[in-house]
Amino acid sequence: MVRRRKFCKFCAERIDYIDYKDVRILSQFVPERARVLPRRISGVCASHQRMLALAIKRARHLALLPHVAE
Amino acid sequence: MSLRKYEVVFVLTPTLTEDEVDQAVQSFKKSAEEKGARILNVDQWGKRRLAFPVKKHNEGIYVTMTLEAGSGDAVLELERRFKVTDNVIRFLSVRTDLDLKRADKFKARREVRKKKRAISPPRRQEPISEEMEIEKE
Repeated sequence: MVRRRKFCKFCAERIDYIDYKDVRILSQFVPERARVLPRRISGVCASHQRMLALAIKRARHLALLPHVAE
Repeated sequence: MSLRKYEVVFVLTPTLTEDEVDQAVQSFKKSAEEKGARILNVDQWGKRRLAFPVKKHNEGIYVTMTLEAGSGDAVLELERRFKVTDNVIRFLSVRTDLDLKRADKFKARREVRKKKRAISPPRRQEPISEEMEIEKE
């Protein structure tokens, strides 16, 4: 099976700032267990992963995203 | 001194009526303005399900306020008021001007790159000229 090369979704979409209020985007990166999806799986680049992690943490504080799975 | 931009989000208890929410928002707005901030935008999202219960509530009324100020005094005052107001169950204030500036920088850099590509597209001509030089020798 040929593995497709992963690419950073945020770079491709030209997103310069990841908004913590945008639950739709953030929830793609918090799978079932509610942990932040690691880069090695999502393919997000380092700088965007940092931004993403911060956004997710902010969203969690506002109870927009869960800290742990139910 | 350039003005700073802040984004303040707070979550109110779901038991409030619409009038009470408006009243609370107005009073927060006023106290921020008294501290010298300019309110740019107030966005009421309305009721939303919380991802987990907060102070025994399963829902919350979200309000986002964007404001501009020369210093953090207004935000400090708002945070102090959020803490003493029982109707506020969560709040978060973020300074956004630096992030926005960074985003603008990236955007500008992309534009420059795009233009460069448009002006000098191919480098294909170089090898040809090299060949010509060789011929001269």
